[in-house]
Amino acid sequence: MGAKVERGIEDGPGNLRGALSRLFQVREMGVFIALVVLVCLMSFASPYFLRPLNLFNITRGMSNIGIMSIGITMVIITGGIDLSVGSLLAVSGMLTARLMYGGMMPWLAVACGLGLGLGFGLVNGLIITKVKVTPFITTLGMLSIGRGLSYVFATGLQGAVASNIPMRDPGVNFLGGGYIGPVPFPVVEMVALVLAFSWFLGNTVLGRQIYAVGSNEDAARLSGVNVDRVKIFSYATTGILCGLAGIMSGGLLSTAATNAGEGNELDVIAAVVIGGTSLAGGEGSIIGAVIGAAIMAVIRNAFVMLHLPVFLQTISIGVVIILAVAFDSLRRGKRR
Amino acid sequence: MTERGDDRLLLVKDLCKSYGGLNALAGVCLDVRLGEVHAVVGENGAGKSTLMKILGGAIRRDSGTVFFKGHEVEFHTPHDSIRAGISVIHQELSVLPKMSIIENIYMGRMPSVMGGVPWKRLEKRTIELLGQVGLDINPHLQMNDLSISQRQLVEIAKALSKDSSLIIMDEPNSSLSEHETDTLFALIRSLKERGVSVVYVSHKIEEVLRISDRVTAFKDGAYVGTVESASATVDDIIRMMIGRELTREYVPNSSHGPVLLKVKGLSGGGFEDVSFELGRGEVLCFAGLVGAGRSETMRALFGADPIRAGEIEFEGRRTRFSSPKQALQNGFAMVQEDRKRLSLFMNLDIMANIGMAQLPRIRRGLAVDRARLRELSQRFFAALSIKARSAYQAVRDLSGGNQQKVVLARWLATNPKILILDEPTHGIDIGAKSEIYDLIRRLAGEGVSIILISSELPEVIAMADRAVVMHEGRVAATLPRGEITEHTIMSYATGNIGGKPR
Ligand SMILES: Nc1ncnc2c1ncn2[C@@H]1O[C@H](COP(=O)(O)OP(=O)(O)OP(=O)(O)O)[C@@H](O)[C@H]1O
Ligand SMILES: [Mg+2]
Repeated sequence: MGAKVERGIEDGPGNLRGALSRLFQVREMGVFIALVVLVCLMSFASPYFLRPLNLFNITRGMSNIGIMSIGITMVIITGGIDLSVGSLLAVSGMLTARLMYGGMMPWLAVACGLGLGLGFGLVNGLIITKVKVTPFITTLGMLSIGRGLSYVFATGLQGAVASNIPMRDPGVNFLGGGYIGPVPFPVVEMVALVLAFSWFLGNTVLGRQIYAVGSNEDAARLSGVNVDRVKIFSYATTGILCGLAGIMSGGLLSTAATNAGEGNELDVIAAVVIGGTSLAGGEGSIIGAVIGAAIMAVIRNAFVMLHLPVFLQTISIGVVIILAVAFDSLRRGKRR
Repeated sequence: MTERGDDRLLLVKDLCKSYGGLNALAGVCLDVRLGEVHAVVGENGAGKSTLMKILGGAIRRDSGTVFFKGHEVEFHTPHDSIRAGISVIHQELSVLPKMSIIENIYMGRMPSVMGGVPWKRLEKRTIELLGQVGLDINPHLQMNDLSISQRQLVEIAKALSKDSSLIIMDEPNSSLSEHETDTLFALIRSLKERGVSVVYVSHKIEEVLRISDRVTAFKDGAYVGTVESASATVDDIIRMMIGRELTREYVPNSSHGPVLLKVKGLSGGGFEDVSFELGRGEVLCFAGLVGAGRSETMRALFGADPIRAGEIEFEGRRTRFSSPKQALQNGFAMVQEDRKRLSLFMNLDIMANIGMAQLPRIRRGLAVDRARLRELSQRFFAALSIKARSAYQAVRDLSGGNQQKVVLARWLATNPKILILDEPTHGIDIGAKSEIYDLIRRLAGEGVSIILISSELPEVIAMADRAVVMHEGRVAATLPRGEITEHTIMSYATGNIGGKPR
């Protein structure tokens, strides 16, 4: 939505020029073109870049960030923020590993891990809406609590400090590291979730209400929107998606680590912002966020392929974040 | 127009501004003399606000020239325009909600004495300014805590504080009651005596003729003409504005159905012991001064604010809504007074804005039924003659009056049993207004009960089957059709029962 016409395709008679110009009004077009340019440059710079194996490595590597960015996009559209995603990833993965290690049936352990993510998300949402602590503070606290709990699950309350618990089960390993033909299974999961949630945001009542809450909370309430429910839903969904990401990353490495997902909150927020979602709320899209995640993943891969020093990679991601948002605000400013 | 250039303060020639294909201004002209009150009129979307934004440096022109004090000027930022001596009260108020009145008035121009802000001096000056606009409130209050009319008065005070030679007021009294408007007019006259020129944009034609020296009309972004107010009639102005005559009469009917809503002794924040009854198909007007507690009462009834005491009986059953959602599900609808803060989703498109209250009811399975949503918005586009490029345009880009129509459409679309309208014709041009009055009448005829809060006496007199007059949070009188006159309403509204209005 937003200043440009998101669903312009349905608008008026469909002539080709109109359709093309509307396509370029779509918010995601800018980042998408940036991604394509980046990919082209890389394919010239390194002959290995376009090999399917490398492309699948890139997409598999970004699948966790991609999946978590789905939830956080919704949270940010409502006008909130979630800093606890990295910790939720760790604590859910760790609980699953601990339960499996203790002999629980793997599917049940996975369900418990997802449930824990969901529970954390619900608590975030409840504190934010019912107790009215700001999202930043609530989830900052939860970042700490989640990380701490992952140590508790790894170690128990006494005994030697552990930082890893093995996570071996064909099913769980497939979830995080399997292949369907040449395609990594995490990529399949990410694509499916992105499509499903994009449809959800664009077409369902709850999806549209998420935009309304971020656009004008008072007006939403007075229009009969249950604002609290919409917010709680966004945080809870983020929680369960983080749980899934945690189990997947454990499954991939066959071990759950207490430091899994550390710093992911910043990557996820960066992806969302590069994708054109405004931190002020009321606008944004999941597709954009995933393209943003892809841009960061390609840059990381580029530095590996071209044997460039890591600090340059960090710097260039910072530059991309600022450039993307600057580009977006320049394009808006032109309309004055 | 004047022939000699010396007594002209402002001269605008052939100004154009387009927004991607839509010509908001297609060559408008305006000349304002020294010490003149010059009114600008035109239908919703005629380009009045666009011109004022250009003069205030908020947006840039595409072509055309502007002379101010004899020099050609171009303002790149609001700061340029303020420095040249122009201050603008924009139609969409731009307040800093969480800051005090003092800070709002002086933001951007805070003086400093040895590195500190001289708060005592500013406070004194602010109290003076507020006095000039007839506001007697603590200058340390947050803007958030003010009513919309108080906020409007603060904006006027802010414009005064700049000591400009030209003050532009874009619908400055859209939220003011008659009484406050009188204060504003007295103020404008004293500005005029001091040699300050005022450009005054309004849809209230009678008022325009009362306060202005000359009137300029725009239509569809183009200049139509300028007339001397002293020799013009309301019908002349309307003809210039909309290019045709307008029949202006409304026939209230006082025969209505059985009682649908009974409110007894309702109390809450800002109102005390309010009782009234509403019949099926009745238009019940709530009159009173701004701040009399009318909006507060209705917001509580609608479930938006808490109720302290009292009973509500709806369709024979005792009811009390804990949220607007519940009220909506029971067939209530409420158009809020402050459209920017409480009604509009500025960055969403017109269709989403119209459909928002209806979404849960127009879906197929999980998904919103887009075809029905589109059909719904198209219907109200036509019925309210909303002027926009398409239903997919963001509401932010609409003119003020068209934004108000979108809000009306949202609530009309819910097919309510009880429709509460809080100042529904704010900023709506006179042609569209009469269409909306017809619409309200038609709805009432179909059995919809209507509660109309209005500070415009002509509106109350034209529309009301009965009128409740409120004074300081209490019901001062309930007047049957025959007793609704300007005089009785004002007597009760000001608390001078039976006496002459203040
Ligand atoms: N930022 C914008 N983008 C696109 N169109 C715009 C924008 N701002 C204004 N317009 C269009 O320009 C036209 C003139 O708008 P303007 O606000 O000047 O009207 P107005 O005469 O002030 O009307 P009103 O009486 O309703 O306030 C309208 O059709 C409006 O939709
Ligand atoms: Mg306007």
